[in-house]
Amino acid sequence: MTAIADTTDLVDAASERPAPADDGTSRVVSGLVWLSRHWSLVPAVGIVAIILLWAIVPGLFTSQDPLAIVPTARFLHPSSAHWFGTDQLGHDEYARIVYGARPSLTGSALAVAIGVVVGSLIGAVSGWFGRWVDALIMRAIDVVLSIPGFLFAIVIVVVLGFGIIQAAVAVGLTSSATFARLIRGEVLKAKASNYVEAAVTSGTSSLAILRRHVLPNSIAPTLSLITLQFGVAIMWIASLSFLGLGAQPPQPEWGRLVTDGRNYIATASWLTLWPAVVIVVAVLATNHISHFVSNRSSSR
Amino acid sequence: MRRYILKRLAQAIAVLWAAYTLSFILLSVLPGDAIRNRINAPDSLMTPQQAQTLLEYYGSNRPLIEQYVRDLWGLFTGDLGYSITNGGRVWGLLTLNLPATAKLAGLGLVIGLVFAVIVALLINYAKFGWLKDVFSFLPALSTSVPIFVIGIIVLNVFAFDLHWIPPVDNHTFTALIAPAATVGLVVSGPLAQVLSNSIRLTRSQPFVHVMHAKGAGEGYIFRKDILRNSLLPILTLLGLTIGELLAGAVVTESVYARAGLGQLIVTSVNTQDLPVVQGIVLLTTAIYVTVNFITDIVYPFIDPRIALDEKTTRAARTRRLAAAEGLGGDLVEAADLFEKRAPVEVARS
Repeated sequence: MTAIADTTDLVDAASERPAPADDGTSRVVSGLVWLSRHWSLVPAVGIVAIILLWAIVPGLFTSQDPLAIVPTARFLHPSSAHWFGTDQLGHDEYARIVYGARPSLTGSALAVAIGVVVGSLIGAVSGWFGRWVDALIMRAIDVVLSIPGFLFAIVIVVVLGFGIIQAAVAVGLTSSATFARLIRGEVLKAKASNYVEAAVTSGTSSLAILRRHVLPNSIAPTLSLITLQFGVAIMWIASLSFLGLGAQPPQPEWGRLVTDGRNYIATASWLTLWPAVVIVVAVLATNHISHFVSNRSSSR
Repeated sequence: MRRYILKRLAQAIAVLWAAYTLSFILLSVLPGDAIRNRINAPDSLMTPQQAQTLLEYYGSNRPLIEQYVRDLWGLFTGDLGYSITNGGRVWGLLTLNLPATAKLAGLGLVIGLVFAVIVALLINYAKFGWLKDVFSFLPALSTSVPIFVIGIIVLNVFAFDLHWIPPVDNHTFTALIAPAATVGLVVSGPLAQVLSNSIRLTRSQPFVHVMHAKGAGEGYIFRKDILRNSLLPILTLLGLTIGELLAGAVVTESVYARAGLGQLIVTSVNTQDLPVVQGIVLLTTAIYVTVNFITDIVYPFIDPRIALDEKTTRAARTRRLAAAEGLGGDLVEAADLFEKRAPVEVARS
């Protein structure tokens, strides 16, 4: 971090310190000061919250059925009845985007979860056991990282078949190499510390040390990579669906919606525009939060 | 020096071999006799003769290890097997489609570099604070927009609204510009971020202050010192950018319906044409590994501060891989890594 960023973080730390006088107003004031400094987090968190709600309770946001075919309502322009217009089958585009949040987000969440679990296991084994185990695993990871990630994901999709779950697994396995490298680094850092040395000397088992000392210390950097990877996963899963390798019709998934709308781009551009805008806004919001989290964890 | 080069070469070959093994394992776990099904499919494009060759080549009754060794040997002789959909040689399909993708990626890289330099300059030298903020947002934006979205927007605006470019590939240079700009926009994000951080850091170096004190102009200092120093991290990032370019080309070719490796891999995936998929992955990995090998070899000549002993090169490699995470979007971290490099080397020398 730069000197400038460091000072702002110091200022942050100072403003977060609870006021000596324990009255509610000063806390509110310091909270407001903190918010004014990070005001851009408000829309980012708001957007992520809305998208999450779309995925959890889509029925709250639209009364339309995303799969209902209405032959009389084909290619309607965006209006108060159909906010984002309708498509070639008379589906309400807004409803499809709202319902599309679930496959898109569960896919991304699954991908990140696979990346974290598989990556952490590999990284922990590699870092903890060291020597030839470490050398072997690290070379293997070098290889995985030498294959352009998106192509690697495509190869895994070939093996697994097409579908949103398969695409999520492919993206997750691809990202596990990055997680593995991160966790290995954290394990190595912890291994070099006095407290782990003390734990080893006093006879604590490897597993207990990993759980009690290494794991808690690596949570902060992992969290920042998780938020970052979540944005990447949204993009990659949408891209795989765009190529026809992810979600299959009629499932409304964001990338898939862009593909479907593309055929009518000259006459009904809203069908491409709105899902694209939603993807970009979602990724921007998660990336912004990720940026905040990683600044936090690196300043600690 | 020779030992260093040989060592890097051995590493590069090891990576290729491992990539081959990995793709072989991945694709051999597929269930079913893909080749026989393919030949017997009613829409099969193969002549009986081709079918015979294929059956002999992929003799599925032979043990896996024998296929593995045979295919590995084939790699050295440019033999990557046969496409199981049309019976053509994989190597022939690759060489047929490579030039189109190479052109796209090449022009994309040039455009990306130009974008990156312009944005990095604006971030560092723009007169007003708010203008800087606007430009600082651009790299983050370009890494948050999926490439197919950029492609569709560019295509819609320039082909359908403005009619500046043809909507389908007619093999002219004009038709290449939009797809190349699409790829360029995507790779320019990380490049611009790293370059702008690097310019900012170089500008805060003591020798720059000394030059200012001696009365040198901003433009003179930039041309003579800052630019050359700031371009170094870009060279390291170049290897990673190649991977992004190739992956970007896959999607871009699909958006613009251009022939090339990207189109080939999408059709091959859809028809489960495994030998072709494997061939493309091996080819792109080979390109990627070669570019990184060249970067490793050239870097010490351009920046003599990087010594050739094993410790530093391994550190350099780690940094480069760490920067790979940056390509995923966390550019600040990648840039930080480049920032942290300086003290390490000072301490060493």
